[in-house]
Amino acid sequence: MNPVRKNRLRIVLYIVFGSSLAAVLGLLALDENMNYFYSPVELAAGKAPVNKTIRGGGLVVVGSHQRDTKSLANTFSITDGQAIIKVHFTGILPDLFREGQGVIAVGKLNASGELMADQVLAKHDENYMPPEVEGALKQAGHPDYSSSPAAATN
Amino acid sequence: MIAEIGHFAVILAFCLSLVLAIVPLIGTLLKQELWIAMGKPLAVGQFGFLLIAFIALGYCFATDDFSVAYVAQNSNSLLPLPYKISAIWGAHEGSFLLWCLMTAGWTLAVAIFSQSLPRYLVARVLSILGLCSVGFLAFLLFTSNPFKRLLPHAPIDGRDLNPLLQDFGLIIHPPMLYMGYVGFSVVFAFAIAALLGGRLDAAWARWSRPWTTIAWSFLTVGIALGSWWAYYELGWGGWWFWDPVENASFMPWLMGTALIHSLAVTEKRGVFKSWTVFLAIATFSLSLLGAFLVRSGVLTSVHAFATDPARGVFILAFLLLVVGGSLLLYALRAPAVQSSTQFSLWSRETLLLLNNIVLTIATALILVGTLYPLLAEALSGSKLSVGPPYFNQFFPWLMVTLALLLGIGITINWKQSRMLQLFSYLRWALLGALLLGSVLSVWHTQGWLLPVWVGLVVVLWIVLSVLTDVLRKLRNQSSTWQGLRKLTLSYYGMHLGHIGFAVCILGVVLTSFYSEERDLRMAPGDQLQLSGLTFTFMGTQRVKGPNFEADQGEIKVTTLEGGHVTTLHPQKRRYEVQRSMMTEAAIDPGLTRDLYVALGEPLGDGAWAVRIHYKAFVRCIWLGALIMALGGILAVLDKRYRRRRVVVARTEQTSETAYSHA
Repeated sequence: MNPVRKNRLRIVLYIVFGSSLAAVLGLLALDENMNYFYSPVELAAGKAPVNKTIRGGGLVVVGSHQRDTKSLANTFSITDGQAIIKVHFTGILPDLFREGQGVIAVGKLNASGELMADQVLAKHDENYMPPEVEGALKQAGHPDYSSSPAAATN
Repeated sequence: MIAEIGHFAVILAFCLSLVLAIVPLIGTLLKQELWIAMGKPLAVGQFGFLLIAFIALGYCFATDDFSVAYVAQNSNSLLPLPYKISAIWGAHEGSFLLWCLMTAGWTLAVAIFSQSLPRYLVARVLSILGLCSVGFLAFLLFTSNPFKRLLPHAPIDGRDLNPLLQDFGLIIHPPMLYMGYVGFSVVFAFAIAALLGGRLDAAWARWSRPWTTIAWSFLTVGIALGSWWAYYELGWGGWWFWDPVENASFMPWLMGTALIHSLAVTEKRGVFKSWTVFLAIATFSLSLLGAFLVRSGVLTSVHAFATDPARGVFILAFLLLVVGGSLLLYALRAPAVQSSTQFSLWSRETLLLLNNIVLTIATALILVGTLYPLLAEALSGSKLSVGPPYFNQFFPWLMVTLALLLGIGITINWKQSRMLQLFSYLRWALLGALLLGSVLSVWHTQGWLLPVWVGLVVVLWIVLSVLTDVLRKLRNQSSTWQGLRKLTLSYYGMHLGHIGFAVCILGVVLTSFYSEERDLRMAPGDQLQLSGLTFTFMGTQRVKGPNFEADQGEIKVTTLEGGHVTTLHPQKRRYEVQRSMMTEAAIDPGLTRDLYVALGEPLGDGAWAVRIHYKAFVRCIWLGALIMALGGILAVLDKRYRRRRVVVARTEQTSETAYSHA
């Protein structure tokens, strides 16, 4: 093999090695950081892993939102019409958080099946319904959301 | 009436773009000079009609014509005039009209500023840009017409612009971003034209470079503005969320950065030709992918526009056509494009190749993280999202690698370099970076942190190696001033861009590790001490804006000794028309730190949930981006891109014949 070819081969090998390493590391990182979405029914049925970051979403149950008087601790419940899951969150809720609205809580399930959220998402739009939540409501046969996506805009 | 004129103008522009896509291109095949010459007037016409349409839509907004559906949905008679104007691109339809206008604008710019280029090449480039316009305008006309009327039942007043968009940052963020996205269509068109013509050489790279760099500069500013806007407007002080839509703008930027560097190699040394063409195609395709992700509603994101399946299908089809078509052409033609020169392992070529590899890996990993949720849902129906930790795991290290390579890359010679000599050039920069970085990283009260140390060393390494290179260039000059004047603008542009990168890294690292934040309950009179400052909550009062009402808090900031620093007035706004709440953060900006205060929600008895941040060096992130963009602009102003026609005339004759044979 002449030196130029040898050189080229070396470069190509570096590239192949480098990109496969990146690919493996990337996939490992991806696997670790995938947050699956679960509806309240699935959460209640114990389908979600405990102590792993997940996303749970549903409508905030009317009358369920309670606030601690001393700190910024909140509890509220989310539902898809079939099951109710309690959510704990300490911090500032998004502007569009309201009872009856669709939200997504990102956090970990504790041993008693309650969601300890470190993030609560509600979209910056009055009529927004997170697609995951909408899908979950439809599957659970929630009366308001069984027909068409248009029904999701109240 | 005005709306109909606008609609009609779009239709005419569409017809002109159809002609533009076909006639000059066929002209180059049939060698019809007249057909080839039609490119420029068609480009002018297309732009002119789209400008008319754009002004017409602006007029509808300014005069509160709520019989136009788009105006009714995104404006209100109480909306201040500047926001009425910016509401043109406040939602999907209008922003896409802006997108089309910009495509036409870039096309026009190519037609005007390419007088000195071979006519066959220009004709092909214009036709391909015309083809892009056909796609965009068809999309506008058939799925997203902003001029649709709500007749006979026109609403009395509009539903108002989304309060989040009623802001200065949002007036300029989308136009800048789109200028960047769409700007990459020019280098894409150059690449396709070169593939069609079968000729890719240093001249081709020289013609493409300024277009790429200027589009990249726009995109840089656009992304920085978006980040800045999210920081102060979303009310929680984050400046980057790895949100799918942010990624959609970041991927073309990374690819565009790789493209700029690879174009440099292609121009100077005539290698990496087919790789450069591939990057050009990839960059534009990623821009289109971004448009698809944002506008089809397939993603959950703060940015995503209202969903309409027809739109998603259309863009997806267009995307597949562009990517598939250009890759097919690439596969057919690229093997013919051979590099003739060689380089050794220790050369600038290799370093720039490594730069490209790092940037490509970064883009690929971001692409995986962004698209994986879509893929998983399509394949298995499971719903998942990929969180920021995924991106944060690899991205900083790739950027550190990139920064380390940068210092060597700007110093090393083209073609071949001796390792020892290189080391003797760079040893002071290396030593300086390690020493100074170590000293500075223990300075802070929080003590020594490994990531901060790495960040500071890397930043200093970039700055010092840039300085080393400039000093080396001046070594043989009679006086420093003479020497500085002899250096070209593109040389300055390059170094300024790299300094900007360093400033940006500095901001990212310091703000990530030295910022402090606290969310807490504060009643009037309550105090918080944070980062050597005392924040006192004085209570709230009602204030009224043009189209909102607000609770305005007052927070006094003093030093621990009691010296006055500033008083901040964050607001919690209620926009009446949309009945929506908005957090308006109050910020005391500074180069080394921002004080950031936002109101959460009222907790009764005058107490509020309050968010208080001390953001160290956060401005450096955007300042760095601006410096990078400025570097790009300087590089484009270099006079070698403005060669007179006389000079080129000779080469043109030869290249013209070459093109006509192709």
